[in-house]
Amino acid sequence: MISNLIAGISLGSIYAIIALGYTMVYGIAKMLNFAHGDVIMVGGYMCFCATFYLGWPPAMGILLAVIVCTVLGVVIERLAYKPLRRAPALAVLITAIGVSYFLQNAALLLWTANPKTFTSVVGNGSVQIGNLQVTHVTIVTILVCVLIMAVLVWFTNKTKMGTAMRAVSEDKDAAQLMGINVNTTISVTFAIGSGLAAIAGVLMLSAYPMLVPTTGSMPGIKAFTAAVFGGIGSIPGAMLGGILLGVIEIFSRAYISQEVSDAIVFAVLIIVLLVKPAGLLGKQISEKV
Amino acid sequence: MKKALSVLLAGAMLAGVLAGCGNGGNNGSSDEAGNPNAFKIGGTGPLTGADAIYGNAVKNGAELAVEEINAEGGDIQFELRIEDDESDPEKAYNCYNKLTDWGMQLSLVSVTSKPAEAISVNLYEDRIFGLTPSASSVAVTEGKDNVYQMCFIDPDQGTTAADYIADNNLGSKIAIIYKNDDVYSTGIYETFVAEAEARGLEVVSVSTFTTSSSTDFSVQLNDAKNNGADLVFLPMYYQPASLILNQANTMNFDISFIGVDGMDGILTLENFDTSLAEGVMLLTPFNPSSEDERTQNFVQKYEEKYGETPNQFAADAYDCVYAYKQAIEESGATPDMSAEELCDLMIQQFPQMTFTGLTGTDATWDASTGRVSKIPTGVVIENGAYVGI
Repeated sequence: MISNLIAGISLGSIYAIIALGYTMVYGIAKMLNFAHGDVIMVGGYMCFCATFYLGWPPAMGILLAVIVCTVLGVVIERLAYKPLRRAPALAVLITAIGVSYFLQNAALLLWTANPKTFTSVVGNGSVQIGNLQVTHVTIVTILVCVLIMAVLVWFTNKTKMGTAMRAVSEDKDAAQLMGINVNTTISVTFAIGSGLAAIAGVLMLSAYPMLVPTTGSMPGIKAFTAAVFGGIGSIPGAMLGGILLGVIEIFSRAYISQEVSDAIVFAVLIIVLLVKPAGLLGKQISEKV
Repeated sequence: MKKALSVLLAGAMLAGVLAGCGNGGNNGSSDEAGNPNAFKIGGTGPLTGADAIYGNAVKNGAELAVEEINAEGGDIQFELRIEDDESDPEKAYNCYNKLTDWGMQLSLVSVTSKPAEAISVNLYEDRIFGLTPSASSVAVTEGKDNVYQMCFIDPDQGTTAADYIADNNLGSKIAIIYKNDDVYSTGIYETFVAEAEARGLEVVSVSTFTTSSSTDFSVQLNDAKNNGADLVFLPMYYQPASLILNQANTMNFDISFIGVDGMDGILTLENFDTSLAEGVMLLTPFNPSSEDERTQNFVQKYEEKYGETPNQFAADAYDCVYAYKQAIEESGATPDMSAEELCDLMIQQFPQMTFTGLTGTDATWDASTGRVSKIPTGVVIENGAYVGI
């Protein structure tokens, strides 16, 4: 029972850290960046290449992954999403799916489909608490997750850039009239979101070390679900949603049925959305007419 | 600055497109493209996508055999063309149409089961003979008199694995983890359970996963552990298996694992800690470290040409081409025959021939089912290499 709870939390912490990036971008730019999962994959490959081919220490690998993903995030935003700033949301969504496929296929071309085994950046050890085992990866992931969450909350609420972000998220046109550079603000949002994706990718692969070009897609979708579950746009909500999703998934696999565990996860999501349409911690915003 | 960036990206995309073309052009590689005296062999397989490792292995193995045969300069010459189906039945159908337009006379069907199930129907209707190197599900050959297999069918592997465990006393309390959205894995699982019961093996834990839940295996491993299993049977491909081995290690769960032929490839996984696979047993028709002279020769040439150790998919494909060669020799087929004439000849020829290749000696085919009969060998992983048991 407890060991399953821990397994659930460790899976959930991975979802949570990915969901943070999703929710960040959605909260500010009001768009679903379906390529987020694939940025995670790119981050994983960067760290893998740095540590395995170049023999760099893990810390340098993570740094490289963060830098590459940050730049990649800004470039994607500039080239794929910025021209669609005034386009309907559906066009942006389709573009995001296109970017996702582009990244997957580019990775296929660069690194081929042969899977690679990722070396954990925090070692494979575990801590023994009573008769329970908690892996280092889980502990580090949860700590990093809480840290990122705290920094993001502080950043969006206390800094000038954060205030600009919140303004942009409420009303782009009004923000522009107030002298906020909307394009820069959205670029910074993507930079942060993609940098987080790199960290999420490295931690995810440390826990589940199988690296292929499609590595990011399924966890990306689950994390998106987690973000919706917790209330998309809400930073603490992403964390809560991620952990709950992981725990529900593991519990339904262990005690109800392995076959329908995903169905149960999504059924819970539907129930939550029926009761609280904005998600667990989502803000209910009334439409202005 | 913005302009420079877009030019750069456009350039990168163009390069990507060109690289893609280069790849595509290679698909039909043959030294004597357009030779009217060559038999045209076509097949489809995943050259890109998640299963690309299998498709490329088959393509490379078949290519090597075709090159060898053509280099001998005998009467029988081949032309080979493998199209990329990405393991998707619909794409495979498009590939199949391309191949028939090209004038395919003999087919390697498809590399993976689902596309093979789809296009074997077309082969049957169009009367083109098919011999698949690796599509192992029963439905590929069922009800089609002109589709044959070079690999074992999935259910056979389950029976063989259970017999193998019982014969060698490898364990008595068995846990099984299988992938229940995959015909390969479920096919093996079902016959394994039936045979295990018949042989008095106790199955103490059965757990599953799917494509979407193939990252975390803690629940499955905990279940095996709590039920006191002493051997875990993994009827699956090596990618999830490597994650299972890794997680069992982080959980400090020290237990033996046994796999089937899909496990082949685990040692060539880049950066994989082979010590995790130490002592893992698997049943495979092909052992690259075998002493056999032909195998040695094949492995050496393959490594020189493609820079990696061939897996059983490559060996099966190599065998397919040689089996075709033998069948053509013995039946007196000529390259000017139509696909339909060749099909009739091959249907007569295959069931009465005995073929010795890299993946088995004295293999025979059953006329009613198209299945091959050969004996798998058990190997165990020791110090990062296969060792015959």
